Amino acid sequence: MRAVLSWMREFAPIAGEPEQIADQLTSLGLVVEEILTVGADWDGIVVARVLDLRSHPEADKIQLVDVDIGDGEALQICCGAFNMNVGDKVALATLGTTMPDGLEIARRKLRGEWSNGMICSSSELKLEASDSHGIMILETDAELGTPLSKALGAVTDIVFDIDVEGNRPDALSVIGITRDLAAKQGVPFVVPSPKVLEGGMPAAAVCSAEIVDLDLCPRFGLRVLRNVVNGPSPVWMQNRLIAAGMRPISTVVDISNYVMLETGHPNHTFDLDTIPGGALRIRRAKPGESLRTLDGTDRSLVAPDGSGIGRGLGDGVIANASDEAISLAGVMGGFTTEISDATTNVLLEAAVWDRMSIANTSRRLNLRSEASTRFERGVDHAGLERALDRFCELAAELADAEIAPGRVFADAPPVAPVIVTTRTSMVNQLLGTDLDAAAMVGLLNPIGFSCSNPTLSDGARFDVTVPSWRPDSTIEADIAEEIGRHFGFDNIENQVPVSIETGELTQLQRGRRRIRRAFATVGCAEAMPIPFLAPGDLAAAGLSGDALTLANPLVSEESVLRTSLLPGLLKAVAYNASHRRPDVRLFELGSVYHPTADGELPDEPEQVAAILGQTDATEAVRLLRGVAQSLGLDLRVKNAERAGLHPTRAAEVIFRGKTIGEVGEVDPAVAEAFEISGRVGWVQLDVAALAVGLTAVPKAKPVSRFPSSDLDLAFVVPGEVEASAVHDSLMKAGRPLVQSVELFDVFRSEQLGADRRSLAFSVRLQADDRTLSDEDVQSTRTKMINEVTKRHKAELR
Amino acid sequence: MPDIPEIPSEISELGARVSAVLAQVESAESSDELTAILSAATGKTGPITVARKAMSQVDPTHRKSVGMRVQDAKTTIETAVEARRVGLGAAERTARVQAERMDLTEVVGTPTAGHIHPLTQAWEDLEDAFIGMGFTVAEGPHVETDWYNFDALNIPKGHPARDGFDSLYVNNGEEGSTVLRTHTSPVQIRTMQAQEPPIYIIAPGRVFRRDTADATHLPVFHQIEGLVIDKGIGLAHLAGTIEKFTQAFFGEEFHSRLRPNYFPFTEPSAEFDIQRPDGSWLELGGSGVVHPNVLRAGGIDPEEWSGFAFGFGIDRFLQIKHGVTDLREAFTNDIRFLEQF
Repeated sequence: MRAVLSWMREFAPIAGEPEQIADQLTSLGLVVEEILTVGADWDGIVVARVLDLRSHPEADKIQLVDVDIGDGEALQICCGAFNMNVGDKVALATLGTTMPDGLEIARRKLRGEWSNGMICSSSELKLEASDSHGIMILETDAELGTPLSKALGAVTDIVFDIDVEGNRPDALSVIGITRDLAAKQGVPFVVPSPKVLEGGMPAAAVCSAEIVDLDLCPRFGLRVLRNVVNGPSPVWMQNRLIAAGMRPISTVVDISNYVMLETGHPNHTFDLDTIPGGALRIRRAKPGESLRTLDGTDRSLVAPDGSGIGRGLGDGVIANASDEAISLAGVMGGFTTEISDATTNVLLEAAVWDRMSIANTSRRLNLRSEASTRFERGVDHAGLERALDRFCELAAELADAEIAPGRVFADAPPVAPVIVTTRTSMVNQLLGTDLDAAAMVGLLNPIGFSCSNPTLSDGARFDVTVPSWRPDSTIEADIAEEIGRHFGFDNIENQVPVSIETGELTQLQRGRRRIRRAFATVGCAEAMPIPFLAPGDLAAAGLSGDALTLANPLVSEESVLRTSLLPGLLKAVAYNASHRRPDVRLFELGSVYHPTADGELPDEPEQVAAILGQTDATEAVRLLRGVAQSLGLDLRVKNAERAGLHPTRAAEVIFRGKTIGEVGEVDPAVAEAFEISGRVGWVQLDVAALAVGLTAVPKAKPVSRFPSSDLDLAFVVPGEVEASAVHDSLMKAGRPLVQSVELFDVFRSEQLGADRRSLAFSVRLQADDRTLSDEDVQSTRTKMINEVTKRHKAELR
Repeated sequence: MPDIPEIPSEISELGARVSAVLAQVESAESSDELTAILSAATGKTGPITVARKAMSQVDPTHRKSVGMRVQDAKTTIETAVEARRVGLGAAERTARVQAERMDLTEVVGTPTAGHIHPLTQAWEDLEDAFIGMGFTVAEGPHVETDWYNFDALNIPKGHPARDGFDSLYVNNGEEGSTVLRTHTSPVQIRTMQAQEPPIYIIAPGRVFRRDTADATHLPVFHQIEGLVIDKGIGLAHLAGTIEKFTQAFFGEEFHSRLRPNYFPFTEPSAEFDIQRPDGSWLELGGSGVVHPNVLRAGGIDPEEWSGFAFGFGIDRFLQIKHGVTDLREAFTNDIRFLEQF
């Protein structure tokens, strides 16, 4: 909403520098995003007429425009906009002009063609923040060569571009913003009553309205204007509209917009002579109904489906006596009843529409307008009369309209005003203030929240009647907010609540931090792939099973919720490989999503996975060991086939007897499907299981003060025997002296025989209480050898 | 001089012999050579031993002074040998370290260091700041019911604000009943349901919107939410908490302010801004006093308890902290980006 300062000053003597005013508005929650100065610095900019339009021989995005600035000469301009026609009047910045933004206009060549000035858009003239309308076409009678400031009658004005929140429909009007600001400044605020001179046949004799669906339209009002003379509106009105961001069109349309901006109440004008008997019916659309709107588009309408929610509300229409829809309620007028140059008798309408219905219709048809925005947020039920009368007052003055006596209304029973019983104690609690009732009333009254009925002698409780233009305000907390806004959030003294709790992380949260550090410690960088996959991604990664899908994905490539971290990390490796970093080591800790029984929310287990480009399974196992060591967890590996992994190079990760993950190499076919060449190492673990393990506190074992003895044992072992099994046997058989067993060499040769290999272990023995004797070492060695040779069909080498 | 007994040559020549040994010591080139020289000098046929043996021929009155001369000679040789040995050792070490010279700037290879994502770093830093203020960290599911995501937060079905969230709906259960949470606020409700007041929690987490990615918006992003429910809590406590956090997290020279705003789940509602030391303001997030309808949805009596909530984007934090101009870059998983942190 753009609030024009001179317009605001018609209702209150607003004081202060623009920056101060902007700060005050912002402190009220009416955030000023930009302060614009309009009508300034237009020296050198004159009215010109377009004589000819030609395409630029060398450029598509520029055209050549010949303009006349009153001397009859054709002056060639290069222009990047295409919205003007021959004969249009435009604003030309002549050579030597300094534009409001500081740009100096000089004669220059663009792709070989001379440009002798610049044709201005409204944003270049600081009349608009954006350039959405292209070149500004002037609706002026001024002679060519007239300075623009004179032609537009422009005086310097200040415009505050305000971001109005959804709960402040009243602030979508000059009057509403001024009311708030005047209260803040403590200056009088007066909205004059429109003076309407009436004449001719009463309105009720030529028009009527019937509301069929009162939940669609609780209030509907009409006035009749006769002998309207339409044409350009006066310059002062055009300037206000331009400053407010609207384009002047004609007197009747401009008055309509002007009244909407001033009062916040949208209105609509019909050509009375196109409506038989002036009779209107307000109802919801019927099945199969359609309507040609004033932009010439035929629109299929939606009837209510009975659900009473969202789209199910259906569209609202205004119909004529034959029950044919002639207007799309609150969103856009109809084609057949539109005001034209030939219109003399105008039927003026103002209504209150159901907010949800308007929201749904405008959204469905993608027709968001200044009017629909206001209806969606809620217009002032009691504001119809003023809006209708203000229109008539202006039309009588500017369009010679004769105003038919009386207003015609079709209304639902009046809505009782909202009265909120307000306790000073509750307000003070919610705000953290220490205000008495008098102070609160003093802040509420100027903004139209009238207070009465102190029910306790000390005024600790009073009734607040919420004004009709604040439909959002219904409870005590809303009243507290109004008091807080006008007291000033900045004036509330800070207090810090004292938590009696100890701030800390849960075991899972601490676990996540340690797990991330463990993966970083072994050289992985943390990645964060998007958790959405393309429909074929899971299958391409060799994974099966159900996955949840999005009902309304932005793109189909992001329509499936991942059930594994594998596809996302494969994509990350492929991405890095395509940027010449094929050997990346990435890890991710994140949720995956598994559908559950009907309607229940899915399971969201957290996993951590590392992916290693250009790396085979052995390195993946080493990485797993590094992680296990860093976390202090005893993670075992057991060969097993795993979906998505290399059929003969994969293993389960076992922790405390349970499978909590996998390690190995990505299936070459999967890597290929993700366009990765070379081997890809993979580790994946369940975060919750690891975190539980991390809660165990390691108990210290005394370190032996006696010397240790080392011995090496090499066995020739059949292929199917896992090295880890031999390792475990050595550990077991070596008790109680064995301290550690490390596999240090694996050797295959033809002499050993096909499918047999030599596994060499380095064993360290030590006792806590004595230096080992030769016999200690020998007997332990024998036990170990016997166990391995017996259990694993192994031979000592 | 017949009354003066003749001095044996073993003794009279001792000085010259010692000098000869000292010359050998000076020219010795190794520790072994020195050992040989020393044992020759002090051995059976060495000058010291033979001089000692000749002592018997010396007039008894001179024997003491001669004996001291012999002892001095031995000490002189031993001292020289030791000095030469030290000198030789230093030279040997010098020679050895010279031979071992390395150019440490020509070392090949770097051990691979890992990296924690800057988002995680920002997330954990924020958690730590609030933990220091007595908050615990609460969590909730990413896939939510529309009741937790909207209804319980005072956004009933059909409310225009629902559209403002650009929700991504999940095909699960009844149509429109399951949504990827659009904010971390559902955690407020889940916490209220699970825990009696007083409540002091933050809820950092991943959230989802149907937004086309651009330099400052992503469809998958991260928020941190705060909720305090206690007796007599109001806007002043919100302002005080935000200010304390601002100073704890950014530094003493930073300040915060609240300004009125609108959110369906809080009343009064406020936007909060951070003021940098240079006076400029940074819009950070939304906040307010918890709406009574939200308290009721969480099973808490608004007449007995009140509270405040606040929330802001973590991604934006990392963007400002590290000067990331295009937020998308932080989530392409490009190692060239990740390894900077």
